[in-house]
Amino acid sequence: MVAKRKIDPFFWIAVFSSCTVVGFIIFPLAEMVLQPSVQDLKDTIYDPDVLGSIGLSIYTSGMAALISFLIGTPFAYLLARKDFLGKKLVESIIDLPIMIPHPVVGIAILGLAGKNHWLGQLMQQVGIQIMGTVTGIVTVLTFVGLPFYVNTVKAGFEAIPVRLENISRSLGASLSETFLRVTFRLAWRSMLVGIIMCIARAISEFGAVVIVAYHPMIAPVMIYERFTAYGIKYSQPVAVWLIGVSLLLFLLLRICSLPKEHQT
Amino acid sequence: MIEIKDLFIKFPGFALQDINLSIPNGEFFMLLGPTGAGKTLILEAIAGIVPITAGHIFVKGKEITRLPPEHRGTGIVYQDYALFPHLSVLKNITYGLRYHKNDPMASKKRVTRLMEQLGLKPLAQRSTHNLSGGEKQRIALARALAVNPSVLLLDEPLAALDPNFREDIRDLLKKLHQEVKTTFLMVTHDFAEAMFLGERMAVLNDGKIDQIGPVSEVFHKPATPFVAKFMGIKNVFHASFKHTKARVHNLEFHLQSPPEENRHYVAIRPEDIIISRNGTLGNDVNSFQAKVMGISDRGPYYEVSAGTGDVIFTVMLSKKDFFKSELQKDKDIHVIIRSSAIHVF
Repeated sequence: MVAKRKIDPFFWIAVFSSCTVVGFIIFPLAEMVLQPSVQDLKDTIYDPDVLGSIGLSIYTSGMAALISFLIGTPFAYLLARKDFLGKKLVESIIDLPIMIPHPVVGIAILGLAGKNHWLGQLMQQVGIQIMGTVTGIVTVLTFVGLPFYVNTVKAGFEAIPVRLENISRSLGASLSETFLRVTFRLAWRSMLVGIIMCIARAISEFGAVVIVAYHPMIAPVMIYERFTAYGIKYSQPVAVWLIGVSLLLFLLLRICSLPKEHQT
Repeated sequence: MIEIKDLFIKFPGFALQDINLSIPNGEFFMLLGPTGAGKTLILEAIAGIVPITAGHIFVKGKEITRLPPEHRGTGIVYQDYALFPHLSVLKNITYGLRYHKNDPMASKKRVTRLMEQLGLKPLAQRSTHNLSGGEKQRIALARALAVNPSVLLLDEPLAALDPNFREDIRDLLKKLHQEVKTTFLMVTHDFAEAMFLGERMAVLNDGKIDQIGPVSEVFHKPATPFVAKFMGIKNVFHASFKHTKARVHNLEFHLQSPPEENRHYVAIRPEDIIISRNGTLGNDVNSFQAKVMGISDRGPYYEVSAGTGDVIFTVMLSKKDFFKSELQKDKDIHVIIRSSAIHVF
């Protein structure tokens, strides 16, 4: 008779923990998604305010991701490829927005963009308004989303052997040509993942945005407003739509970032 | 031609210093040394990949010390191939062509010729995944040579290959060098590889060059105990000299001729020592009574250590000779060394 293999108790602890974690995340969300009636959901999505706020959430998060892509990519490349004095410090500074309480981020940006600061005065002179504007929302979302983009893309660049770039240079390609023909071509997936991470972080931001721009209303602010003004029943359908649209968006981006074939 | 003058590269905990090399056009030059000696660093300094602290590098008479890698005309081949994974075999090979203002027809002809020489034509449209190490290395060679570099730098190109591919690529490298007439500078830690491929070699030891010369000269006449050991000479002894005699502890060796001044060592290749049951006499032969201290089977040959007083010789015996001599541990034997087999340095 074959002896029954003894299963280590740690395996059961792991299974129990996994169920707890998954349940902890799924239950509240499932409850919220299942609460509103179909009619409620229908009425909500026909409300132009709701559509507008979800649209604004996606637009501002997308802009934050685009800005992160444009300024974060060369920066992440520098961090991945070069060693310099104070690099650790710079890396810690990048992580700061992850640690700072969100309202503090909003207050910090307002402090800089306010009338009492020379930068705020300068911005006003050239017509840039932060308080209560889309520009303000994008600024705040870039602030909180950028670290996620930079860290993800930096890891992507680090995974590309520097020798490939050396070979490209030795064959006659300049640094920028090498970046475009080799590095970018090999790292675009990690950039897409970085964009997803950045949008995910930005779309969920509430605390910093509510300080800088209560209006125009992004979806999380609208959900909060409806909750405080009318209660849980009115806020839930908006939340369900936000979750649904975000999920669809991330799914699409994830599919795009999947490798066509398994690379060795 | 490559000329390196007083090259100095400093890193925390390591320095490459006093590197002076002159490699004529079309030579196959070997840079030999153990891991961590700084061989790859010299290659990457020539290619412009690592910054140098001081010194000058010239290729074909033009100083390239401060030029970016893309303007140096140096091709590089790494041991791990470093093929572009997102490009097909053909696109890997033709990657650099657009940066060289050659006649497009001539470039095409050159690539076709290289692909024929390296047997890559059937692979042209394949992806670089799932190819054998030998195939990958041939692609890397074709890619580097396609742009007709002034010098090809090879960083241990055989090290990552299976033994059967290694011989193929080694033979191919020799053939290719004779055909393309480009200067080859290859780094290796394997002296047999260096002997087979190289015309001249430099032996690097902890960031400094110990010896430069034709391969057979370095092999037979090492200049330092380190080079001697690296060339597989296991019998290197500190000696004192008087006329045509060298004294090592209690043993006196007859030399062929009186050594030059400032010589401190004798070296005898393990395959140049004969083990015999009887001693021999003569001025051009050294014969010492010894005892077999150890025998180890090294696959194609046996390595025997034979001791006499404070001196222990390492002797290499073919399997045939070993069985003929009926050697056993602790057996009394004679160690016979021809004077001509003793190298003094």
